[in-house]
Amino acid sequence: MRKFKEKLSERIFFALALSSISVLALITLFIFIKGVPLIAEVGAFKFIFGMSWAPGRGEFGIFPMIIGSVSVTLGAAVLGIPVGICCSIFMAEFAPVWMRNIFRPAIQLLAGIPSVVYGFWGLLFVVPAIRNYLGGPGLSILAGSVILAIMILPTIISISEVSLLALPRHYKEGALALGMTHWQTIRSVQLPAAKSGIVAAVILGIGRAIGETMAVIMVLGNSVAVPQSVLDPVRTLTTNIGIEMGYASGGHQQALFATGIVLFVIIMALNVSAQYITRRKIK
Amino acid sequence: MKPTKPPPRRFNFRGFKPREIKPQTVEKIVKGFVWSVALMVIAVLISIVVFILYKGLPVINWGFLTEIPRKMGREGGISSAIAGTLLVTAVAVFIAMPFGIGTAFYLAEYTRGNTVTRVIRFSAESLAGIPSIVYGLFGFIFFVMYLNLGWSVLSGGLTLAIMILPTIIRTSEEAIRSVPNTYREVGFSLGGTKWQTIRGAVAPSAVRGIANGVILSVGRSVAETAAVVLTAGSALRMPASLSSPARTMAVHFYILATEGISMENAYGTAAILIILIFFINIVANTLINRFVAKGR
Repeated sequence: MRKFKEKLSERIFFALALSSISVLALITLFIFIKGVPLIAEVGAFKFIFGMSWAPGRGEFGIFPMIIGSVSVTLGAAVLGIPVGICCSIFMAEFAPVWMRNIFRPAIQLLAGIPSVVYGFWGLLFVVPAIRNYLGGPGLSILAGSVILAIMILPTIISISEVSLLALPRHYKEGALALGMTHWQTIRSVQLPAAKSGIVAAVILGIGRAIGETMAVIMVLGNSVAVPQSVLDPVRTLTTNIGIEMGYASGGHQQALFATGIVLFVIIMALNVSAQYITRRKIK
Repeated sequence: MKPTKPPPRRFNFRGFKPREIKPQTVEKIVKGFVWSVALMVIAVLISIVVFILYKGLPVINWGFLTEIPRKMGREGGISSAIAGTLLVTAVAVFIAMPFGIGTAFYLAEYTRGNTVTRVIRFSAESLAGIPSIVYGLFGFIFFVMYLNLGWSVLSGGLTLAIMILPTIIRTSEEAIRSVPNTYREVGFSLGGTKWQTIRGAVAPSAVRGIANGVILSVGRSVAETAAVVLTAGSALRMPASLSSPARTMAVHFYILATEGISMENAYGTAAILIILIFFINIVANTLINRFVAKGR
């Protein structure tokens, strides 16, 4: 009886684990089944590099949206990564304990706030500021980048902070004992040692930025055109799905699933590289 | 990994020497810079929360919480959106919990580092990175269309269940792994089987950490918009059953704000969402603190 229970419990846990992960296969399968026929019909090259998105006329080119996604994400990375790493250094090294105790729950709260709220805040403050001080319609790559940079901060800060705090104490003590200043210690000992964790944090942040939908719908302007400057409105892969999924049908709907495939492939590539980097650290 | 680097070679060209800055001065400059960046960031982040609460709190009263939205949400309260949020989240958590926790126990207790384990771990980590809109697409094609559940609480909840699965797996696995090995050894030395040891010794001391993960994923489902709007729909009626369409608070806020229906009610909804997330975090932190205290 005991042996039977033992076997049974292991089998049950295994079955639960298998069904959890079979979901990934299911997601891949269904999105590809729905999207691939359209890519095959239009032609993969024409779908990815086509400049015209006109579902009514059966033209499905998502190149402007790929440019949109890439530019908004790059902008968010340029703005968000240095600030995020700066904050994590602050939290792990410079901040007094009482401040850390305020910062940490605050960052946690901000990670949980719905993305729509960030988007709305951007629409009310960031978009008018850009319109008034920098020109253009305000709804722009820059606005999206600023909002996304703010949104990925909690991810970058908390993961890099953890990897800085996880370093063995004697790294820091040794460096300080050699007469280095605190900053020299951080720059030449702690940051290099925590590099893989910080890189993983950055990749996860970038993944979040590419995948974000609702916040950027509100501030990007959503026009399908290759942008000429950071003040131009754009549409990203995610917002294309988010905007049109509500009323799309037939080939149009398939095209949105095909957009999802492109997004899925990009994200999986990022995931795999993030996992590769973190795993190398463990070894 | 090299713990120390050789000092950087100073610029020296035909006797020309730039003025050196003392490391102590650099230290002061950097410290000042890092402090100001950090304070600025926290100021911006807190201003977002304060702004929403400042605009939203005055809107909230008993009627706002208990009345059904009227005229597309222009008037009345948000009771059906609150109900929608609670129902969808409850479905998501109750379905994701057994699978997530079971997977975590399997990964932490039964695995032997073979290919199967690696595949499970890879998939769990990959699921964590998939954007919510892709979950929405999947939920739409699989639950809404293929399984013919329609736009409903059930479709939305199932989609969210998949979305929060990786969070539950990761946090539960960490909690189980942080149970000291002596617990297991005592269990085995008393003649217990693996299952008895897990049930009697490991699970009780990991339960707080697991609960923390579950609560965090409640927060994620409450805040989600993109995946829910594609699977649960955006009906304003009070959801009558699991198969009726529903609108969650996040979706309600999005629609009110972007279609310019009622800014006041949008602020009120957002304020309630933020307060809810705040409480969820407090509960999670309390659990984690007790968990850590108990572990020592």
